[in-house]
Amino acid sequence: MEVVERQGDYLTMSVGPQHPGSGHMRLIVTVDGDIIVKVKPDPGYVHRGAEKMCEVRTYIQNIPHLERPVIIDSCGILFAYVLAAEELIGVQPPPRAQYIRIIMAELNRIISHMYWLSIYGIFMGHSTMFMWPMGDRELFIDLAASIGGTRVTFSYFIPGGVRNDIPPGFKEKALKTFDYFVKRLKEYEKIYFNNPLVLKRTQGVGVFKREDAISLGVTGPNLRASGVASDTRKDEPYSMYDTIDFDIPTYREGDSYSRAWVRLEEMRESMKIIRQAIDKMEAGPVKQPMRGQIKGKVGEAFARTEAARGTMFYHIVSDGGKFPYRVKISVPSFRNLIAMSHLLEGNRLADMPVIYWGLDYWPVEADR
Amino acid sequence: METFEDFLKRIIVVVFWLLLLLPFIIFPFIFIVVPALGIPLPTANQVLTALLDPLKALPLVNDLGLGPSSLFFKIAAFPGFTFAALVATGIILYERKLMAKVQVRVGPLYAGRFEGILQPIADLVKLLFKELLVPAKADKTFFFIAPSLSLALATALLAVIPLAPDIFIARSEVSLLIPFAIIGLTPLVILIAAWASSNKFAFIGGLRALHQLIAYEIPMMLSLVGVVILSGSLDLFGIVEAQRGLWFILPQLLGASIFYVTMLSELERIPFDLPEADTELVAGWLTEYSGMHFGLLQLATYVKFYALAVLFTLIFLGGWIGPAFLPPFAWLLIKLFFVITFMLLPRAFMPRVRMDQLIRLGWVWLIMLAFVNLFIALVQASIGVIL
Repeated sequence: MEVVERQGDYLTMSVGPQHPGSGHMRLIVTVDGDIIVKVKPDPGYVHRGAEKMCEVRTYIQNIPHLERPVIIDSCGILFAYVLAAEELIGVQPPPRAQYIRIIMAELNRIISHMYWLSIYGIFMGHSTMFMWPMGDRELFIDLAASIGGTRVTFSYFIPGGVRNDIPPGFKEKALKTFDYFVKRLKEYEKIYFNNPLVLKRTQGVGVFKREDAISLGVTGPNLRASGVASDTRKDEPYSMYDTIDFDIPTYREGDSYSRAWVRLEEMRESMKIIRQAIDKMEAGPVKQPMRGQIKGKVGEAFARTEAARGTMFYHIVSDGGKFPYRVKISVPSFRNLIAMSHLLEGNRLADMPVIYWGLDYWPVEADR
Repeated sequence: METFEDFLKRIIVVVFWLLLLLPFIIFPFIFIVVPALGIPLPTANQVLTALLDPLKALPLVNDLGLGPSSLFFKIAAFPGFTFAALVATGIILYERKLMAKVQVRVGPLYAGRFEGILQPIADLVKLLFKELLVPAKADKTFFFIAPSLSLALATALLAVIPLAPDIFIARSEVSLLIPFAIIGLTPLVILIAAWASSNKFAFIGGLRALHQLIAYEIPMMLSLVGVVILSGSLDLFGIVEAQRGLWFILPQLLGASIFYVTMLSELERIPFDLPEADTELVAGWLTEYSGMHFGLLQLATYVKFYALAVLFTLIFLGGWIGPAFLPPFAWLLIKLFFVITFMLLPRAFMPRVRMDQLIRLGWVWLIMLAFVNLFIALVQASIGVIL
């Protein structure tokens, strides 16, 4: 329970961790009338020591628990780990496995963005925009489940390839879904993205200048919405992304509206990537067999990939044993948290959910 | 998992115990207190016959002064509170089904055999059985008063709103003004509820409700001045009768639009549900209310919804006027259905606006357009569109 008490001319209130507009985190918000004066983020409610847990588990055992922080983008958070672990273990995934990885990673990107979009809709009180993407997201979950076996946490990427081949008939099913979804995205634009009230609520709200975005270290769609065409898939191509032709949607404005458009366009690009990956895939093995105890060679490895929220970076140190010596995960969400208080101050209280969720901050990922 | 049948069984058990225990209170009351006060009572034979034959029950009720022509019946049953509450629960169900259809869902489905038709009753029973939580630092008197006060104000709106030439509670020369006098009081109740909750989110919600009043109240009144000029009457009967030739929505389309927007604002419906914006203020001024308190507040909102929908029908859509093959009341209900649908739809495709945007909308656009509308009405009256 919150008791009304005024400190000076300000009202301080605690948004979260039990608040419909917060995730597993707390924002201590000080308001002057309707204007937010100060925001103090209070993360850490869902810290589970994912990095420390890696040190007492083998390279394979690490896979299931590492994807728990972002279950809606489980392949995104796992991709970089698998790349770094492969470097230490010394295995190369076959080309077919690399394409399958691209398919899964992009499917996860769409699933994650759809989740984001539906919550973004309801945060402005647009209940139809909550229901539609949540419903259409199931189609992509079905597609991913037909490959990975479960709905969200697939544990599908393993060092040396992927767990199993894609099922027969996947291509037809996927193309059918994409054809439907392209039409559906146009309806989204009509009801939401070109809705005059949505424009009023999001345009010019939470403007993230290009210089600020770069200096605060924001990555991913938020950075691209501020006019920086930076995407790890293009800048440092990994896993066959260099053979695929796709664009990086970039907007100059840096406001909440362009952050929404970046993600909408990214879903289109993801479908384009999956179409190409399916075509380019050739028959062959999907994993390199490994026997005996898997050990990493002494040394360290880095990997950087583009997850749905931004750049996912792994640094793994190995002492030659069966467990990694140290696993450091650098997640995009924590950078968004730093940016959040920067963006919220000076805005109106009603804009808080719009800016907060517009950054796609995922508390569990930030806390790890 | 508890099925709906189990749920009903549980209710039946409760009713059983009530029936078993209440005679200890009711029978002493009937046989000791009432004779002592000298109130005439029907005999047991009459009561038992009346249970089987409604026609015989009518004179008994009339004897007690509660017959269909009595003021008590009009206020409590029809066209007063009970009818309004029934329509309000109907609106709740209709809203949920309508939203579900727009959002490609099924909506309430299991309560009742057909399309979840008993869902409002299930919700009501659920709310009745829920615990009433009161915050430790709440101002308990006002916290308990606010829900009843809110419902009382909403019901008071019905007093002067006629549903047909012969279906009304009270007549007044200025029956157009009385509802707006009552509407002006609602933010006060919201502020009482918000302040008594002793909750920051509720407090901000209450203040927002006050700001919202500033934004919509003036254009709401101004938008109806055109109708008053055209009909030459402040009486709702007079306004309806003046629409024999032409419904006011055609000459007064601008006024009707302004009234529609302000109506949504008064009802705190999306896109104007700022006082209870759930993503930033949890539930706004409703945050601390639970159980039947919450139920009463919701019921008050929807009774007000019904009252304003009827007002819109009467003022702009000719009320009960229609071809003679249907009774006037039926025409009103048909028009009311369309008005309610039209009022529910914005929730499906609109987000919430911000407070500064709402105040700008109210003060810059709506008031200006209301004056334009006033001018249009003056021109129409001078060239004689209606009369």
